[in-house]
Amino acid sequence: MRRGIAATALVAALALAATACGGDTKDGGNSGAKADGELSGTVTWWDTSNDAEKASFQKLAEAFTAKHPKVTVKYVNVPYGDAQNKVKNAFSSGSEAPDVIRADVGWVADFASLGYLAEVPADTAKKVDAEFLPQAAASGKYEGKTYAVPQVIDTMGLFYNKKMLADAGVQPPKTLEEVKTAAAAIKAKTGKAGLYLRGDDSYWFLPLIYGEGGDLVDAKTKTVTVDNAAGVKAFKAARDLVTSGAAITNATDGWTNMQTAFKSGEAAMMINGPWAVADSYAGDQFKDKANLGIAAVPAGSVKAGAPQGGHDLAVYAGSKNIAAANAFVDYMTSQEVQVQSAKELSLLPTRTAAYEQPEVKSSEMVQFFKPAVDKAVERAWIPENGSLFEPLKVEYTKAITGASSPEDAAKAAGAEFRKILKGWK
Amino acid sequence: MAAHTSQSVAKAADGETGPDAGSAVRGRSRRTDGNAGAKAGGKSGGSNRPGLKRALATHWYAWAMITPVVLVLGVIIGWPLVRGVYLSLTDATERNVGRTIGVNHIEATYQFIGLDNYAEVLADPVFLQRLVWTVTWTVACVSVTFALGLGLATLLNREFKGRAAYRMALILPWAVPGFVSVFAWRFLFNRDNGILNKILEGGGISAVPWLDDPTWAKIAVIAVNVWLGVPFMMVALLGGMQSIPGELYEAAEMDGASPWQRFRHITLPGLRTVSMTVILLSTIWTFNMFPVIFLLTRGGPGDSTEILVTQAFREAFVTSPRDFAVSATWGVLILLLLTMFALVYRRSLRKQGEVW
Repeated sequence: MRRGIAATALVAALALAATACGGDTKDGGNSGAKADGELSGTVTWWDTSNDAEKASFQKLAEAFTAKHPKVTVKYVNVPYGDAQNKVKNAFSSGSEAPDVIRADVGWVADFASLGYLAEVPADTAKKVDAEFLPQAAASGKYEGKTYAVPQVIDTMGLFYNKKMLADAGVQPPKTLEEVKTAAAAIKAKTGKAGLYLRGDDSYWFLPLIYGEGGDLVDAKTKTVTVDNAAGVKAFKAARDLVTSGAAITNATDGWTNMQTAFKSGEAAMMINGPWAVADSYAGDQFKDKANLGIAAVPAGSVKAGAPQGGHDLAVYAGSKNIAAANAFVDYMTSQEVQVQSAKELSLLPTRTAAYEQPEVKSSEMVQFFKPAVDKAVERAWIPENGSLFEPLKVEYTKAITGASSPEDAAKAAGAEFRKILKGWK
Repeated sequence: MAAHTSQSVAKAADGETGPDAGSAVRGRSRRTDGNAGAKAGGKSGGSNRPGLKRALATHWYAWAMITPVVLVLGVIIGWPLVRGVYLSLTDATERNVGRTIGVNHIEATYQFIGLDNYAEVLADPVFLQRLVWTVTWTVACVSVTFALGLGLATLLNREFKGRAAYRMALILPWAVPGFVSVFAWRFLFNRDNGILNKILEGGGISAVPWLDDPTWAKIAVIAVNVWLGVPFMMVALLGGMQSIPGELYEAAEMDGASPWQRFRHITLPGLRTVSMTVILLSTIWTFNMFPVIFLLTRGGPGDSTEILVTQAFREAFVTSPRDFAVSATWGVLILLLLTMFALVYRRSLRKQGEVW
């Protein structure tokens, strides 16, 4: 009978979620700072980096104690896929909430608009404007105020297995048409797949829609654009890559399957970002790091375009230790930490000056991705940004697996977007 | 559950007061207690409501026993239920419910909007799609689980070597935590690296897109749920079978009844009470079986395996701002559907003379 009351329990949970908010009025001040200005207490950091990256970040985070001996850093790794939900649960209930989160750039405006984030101190905000890449800084803002400090910036590229491409006698493809011919050659020569196209995450749809000259929405004119002609072409392109045999895909466990296929040489290419570099190097095919090549994402019929992404660090408005949390964010976004993560994980710094450092300059991945980031398509930093990916994922998966035609998928995605973006065209 | 419990409480109360009022002898014999109670309780004049007072006084211990249960039920089921129904009549979302987080204070601005949410949900074709699949999924799961459970119980309901070991093995799926089993199945089903496809490929059969194709994904989720549900069915039915007197079988055998006839005319009727109950329970569980669907496919590919409860979850927790009102609406609709089902089911049983 326990499970028989699931409906009631759900209702109960909702009711609790709605009522449990409020009530706790924390001073939100700098209770963590002692009179002499020395910070103390515990800073809980929820990090969303992947398995290959997390050890590095944990080490960096815990090194904060060397600067502030009285502050304990509690490092928690929250898998990226579940993180948005977990963070919201924790923030809205207030219990066990982290002090600092690593938020995808798409979540900041959402969390800020819901009142979950504390504004960064004024001097930090000034620094963000002066010393960080402007497109990275933009992602931490909502309605003119700064709520997050950019930690890393990224975009997507075409990862390729140099040896497999050379064996098949093809160059890294520049367009989707070239992907198809290259894939056919690879298939003929090695029997392996050309491209792995991730099918269970709509972020991987963005290079396709940018490639056709489209976008999900146009925030300036408040228009949903995912279902216009370019959008439909993008869904067609996704479907076409799979039906033509150029790409393999999965509707579940896409990340694991993609990395496994690429690392083991089952697929010669994939579209991915710098966050996948450390993990890819761990694979059999890339024991010799030089075998991993990176090129710009293949162009559609209009251009080659990849989304600008990345992660920002933000402080929970209800944190009991805001001063220490802010200091931790300063530290984690400092040049020295950014250079470390560029060196160890090939992640791109957000500080302009970091790119002058020899460790960063010498990283081949950074050398490729930095110009790519400069050209990357900046997304609309609206609160609904993160929410759009869920209905888009449903339609993208349907289109790519053939459960729905590209036209229907585009139409349905547009309809869902308009439900989320009330009042948009 | 809530409705059922309160009914049985009411029934119990009826049962207590009914015969009491009717039987003069018992009433008289307890009147002394009643007076004692009145005296102990103070000097309130007992003239205005003697019936209630007497009932309270006579059965004070029963009321005292029941009170904590009623209170707990009220707090953990009644209040959230009322609150949920109220929320479903408003436009509450994560954005407009009031709260204070640190320095940020947000006013509550949600409003009562009547039945708009219900109209919106019911008018959306999504509801019908989800309902059709939920019913299909429930019927498929329950009937297959029941058939397999019955078969296994029949096999185990006899003496043979190693019976205990077989029983243990068959109970195992039930002992493993649900999410562990579901994740294990997810690995087995993985198209590129899963063991099921490796076996198929080894046998020269091309890989099956278990979780990537809508139809296969539906078959996969049903298979996992059946796998999880069979032990319960089996144990319950085995218990039922063992309570059927052996003499019936002996007598039938003497009369020359074939094994099938004995199964058909003794085992099945003898199991009726048990099977009706387990079918009802299993139907309700399956209807709301969130973890299997959510953990195995997340409702996908696309939204093809999304059932009503996972949809309610999606409304509440996936999109932002979280839509408490619409999610509560889905919750209330699910509750109504299940209540209706339970009522109809109970009525049809009563016609056959079974009342629980």
